[in-house]
Amino acid sequence: MALTISDASLALSAKIVIAGAFGVGKTTFVAAISEIPIAGTEALMTVAAEPDDDVSLARGKTTTTVAMDFGRIAVDDGLTLYLFGTPGQDRFWFLWDDLARGALAAIVLVDTRNLAASWPVIAYFERRGDIPFTVVVNLFDGRLTHELDEVRDALDLSPAIPLTAADARDRHDVLEALRALIRHALNLLPSH
Amino acid sequence: MTRTYGLHAPRRPSRVRPYGITRGRTAADRFLGVERLISTVEFDPRRVLGMLPETAAVYEACRYPRTIAELATGLALPLGVIRVLVGDLAAVGRVRIHPQAADMPDRHLLERVLRGLDNL
Repeated sequence: MALTISDASLALSAKIVIAGAFGVGKTTFVAAISEIPIAGTEALMTVAAEPDDDVSLARGKTTTTVAMDFGRIAVDDGLTLYLFGTPGQDRFWFLWDDLARGALAAIVLVDTRNLAASWPVIAYFERRGDIPFTVVVNLFDGRLTHELDEVRDALDLSPAIPLTAADARDRHDVLEALRALIRHALNLLPSH
Repeated sequence: MTRTYGLHAPRRPSRVRPYGITRGRTAADRFLGVERLISTVEFDPRRVLGMLPETAAVYEACRYPRTIAELATGLALPLGVIRVLVGDLAAVGRVRIHPQAADMPDRHLLERVLRGLDNL
């Protein structure tokens, strides 16, 4: 029997969450690095209403439809890394727990033109406390308009959380942000 | 690169409520993350005959390993329904739920991911 199990069936997957407020560039960020086309696969995903999904419950609906982006990177022969973008709309907060559960780490993407929109996103990961995360300023015009120190102050971000900048359209920037995220997650592990 | 997955939404009148498919069940025995990979065990087209269309669609789609998220988007079914169908198929040995890479962030796994990213 064991002989009939192909190598593919031994494949493992891991997940990183790309979070952020509506319109901060999550889809662009994931698309810059993904092996699968995001624009084409940005499917409408129907999500069954859960008992704690007050949106659906209030309207007596059994399902609600959410656009969710995800991309994929082959890390090595046996491991595929999935990047899941969170739905930006506030009314889909209930989906975040589902997406975040089991994530290796998360990036909170922010837009300096609307930092306030990122407060609840950062608060979400601070409150969870179980997912290492970094904050990345998306350079919409390719350059930094505010000093990172100013951004950190405006976000009231703990010094322990790495804050960097990246152009979400740029594959190299996105890769570097992901590497920095994983290094941060490694640093948080207890040394032995 | 454009690549389609060959997933086809089963024909189903839109008035059928998704949880009709699962006979009202909402929870699988264990949580299956959106990134969890599923693959069909020894695909046999004859087995499709006795299956509900949605179950058959999952069984066929997973001839290549697919994530729960890919199944939900590809088959246009709610995540919860996909989880129940996968749980049913796994219970009778028709699909295999791949092991989770790690329950908690794990040094070995993180280093493996970092190595992979460095090689891109």
